[in-house]
Amino acid sequence: MSGYVGDVVALARKDLLLELRARDTLPAMLLFVVSTLVVFHFALPQGAGDDAAYGLLWVALVFTALLGLARAWVPEREHAALDGLVLATGDRSAIWLAKTVAALAFLGAAEVVALPAFAVLFAPLDAAAVLGVVLASVGICVVGTLASAMAAAGRGREVILPLLVLPLSIPLVVGGVGASVSSEPRTYVAFLCLYDAVFAILSWASFEYVVTE
Amino acid sequence: MPARITLPTLSVISVALMAAAVTMIFFVAPEDADQGISQKIFYFHVPIALTAYVLFGLGAWKALRVLWTRGERYDLESYTAIHQGTIFGALTLITGAIWAKASWGVWWTWSSNQLVLFLVLFLFYCAYFMLRFSVEAGPRRERISAVYALFGVALIPVSFLAIRLASDFIHPTVFTREGPQMTGTMFGAFCVAWAAIVVLALVMYSVELAGKRTDAHLRELREALGR
Amino acid sequence: MSAGEKYVAAAYGVVFLFVLVWVAIIAAKLARLERETGELAELARGRRHDG
Repeated sequence: MSGYVGDVVALARKDLLLELRARDTLPAMLLFVVSTLVVFHFALPQGAGDDAAYGLLWVALVFTALLGLARAWVPEREHAALDGLVLATGDRSAIWLAKTVAALAFLGAAEVVALPAFAVLFAPLDAAAVLGVVLASVGICVVGTLASAMAAAGRGREVILPLLVLPLSIPLVVGGVGASVSSEPRTYVAFLCLYDAVFAILSWASFEYVVTE
Repeated sequence: MPARITLPTLSVISVALMAAAVTMIFFVAPEDADQGISQKIFYFHVPIALTAYVLFGLGAWKALRVLWTRGERYDLESYTAIHQGTIFGALTLITGAIWAKASWGVWWTWSSNQLVLFLVLFLFYCAYFMLRFSVEAGPRRERISAVYALFGVALIPVSFLAIRLASDFIHPTVFTREGPQMTGTMFGAFCVAWAAIVVLALVMYSVELAGKRTDAHLRELREALGR
Repeated sequence: MSAGEKYVAAAYGVVFLFVLVWVAIIAAKLARLERETGELAELARGRRHDG
């Protein structure tokens, strides 16, 4: 078991170090999410209310996540390293788990900026809303890392990825928006946990089939 | 495919059931007291929707077989089932829109959970084809398609739940489509219609599968003949 | 025809139309398969004469 955890930690660390050195994903995500929020200010009509703003926050988060996920497998692809990685790693799901952790770290970093910015520019966020964001981020990274690996196998991966992830992220948006606007957020938080569990198990179990030849 | 019932037999059964269904729907089942004649759309709309679920489920089952046994055969079957499911999904959306127009005066309503669910599924399975056609044919594509098909069956209940939850904060009022209880003959007509649609779907599935297999055999033959 | 009847006819018509379009697509496919098998048969016949 320590071998598995060790693999995951080493692979995730590699991704984070690569990003620290090259800085080609995180700055783009940060700039994107803030720009989107500014665009939304002008897209919302006057007096649209806080609820509409919460909805737009979710659009911004989903698209920011997509931006990060589109680059998730770029390092491996550029150096044709995925096949070697697949052969070298005992349990392939460790690769998926490490990539999910790295993607989640990037998205989390973007949200650390985006949520305060949203609170200042639009409407306050309570604890339930933040919890909703955290759980939905886990869900979108879990599903998105696998979808990104699928899309990377074919032509036109940049176009395919949003098509794969958006229908899958609709339940997450429902749960997240519900957690921010509903007076009883508990149901929505529980639903997000359910989503994360179902798709984490499914992705964890099926990743091997996506990457092996 | 069941080996005992041949495709011609199945087609004959389909035609007979379809004729029986249309007769039951229009000449035996009484008109709905509430909705009037437009309730008759229900007898096709709901069975088509249920059949689409069956086909998506069949596609996922065959996908599971692909992952177990790595067979090209199951890949074709899974693909054909999902293709049929998407066709029936599109039909569900169109007949649903017509029904919404007939009973509520609008072509689309977000308060009908079933319709919204089918819209989500339709988008999801359209992406299946985009994904499939972007990957080169081979074992890798078979497995990627299979995994995606499995995600589909997980997405159906999860989305269903999500849409139920969403309607709480987006549309507090819920329309009920079924209205009062169906009478005996109405339920009978519904069952016959469902059987007819399922058998029709099976026939279409088998025909398409036969075509795709012939295609694959032809490709092999051409390679064997050295062209 | 009342408005309701028109919508019922439209719904059933759409289903019928879909099945018809499907038949047309399958027919086109069958025509292509026929042509391709014809070509292969031609090829096989040529081979037999040669060898």
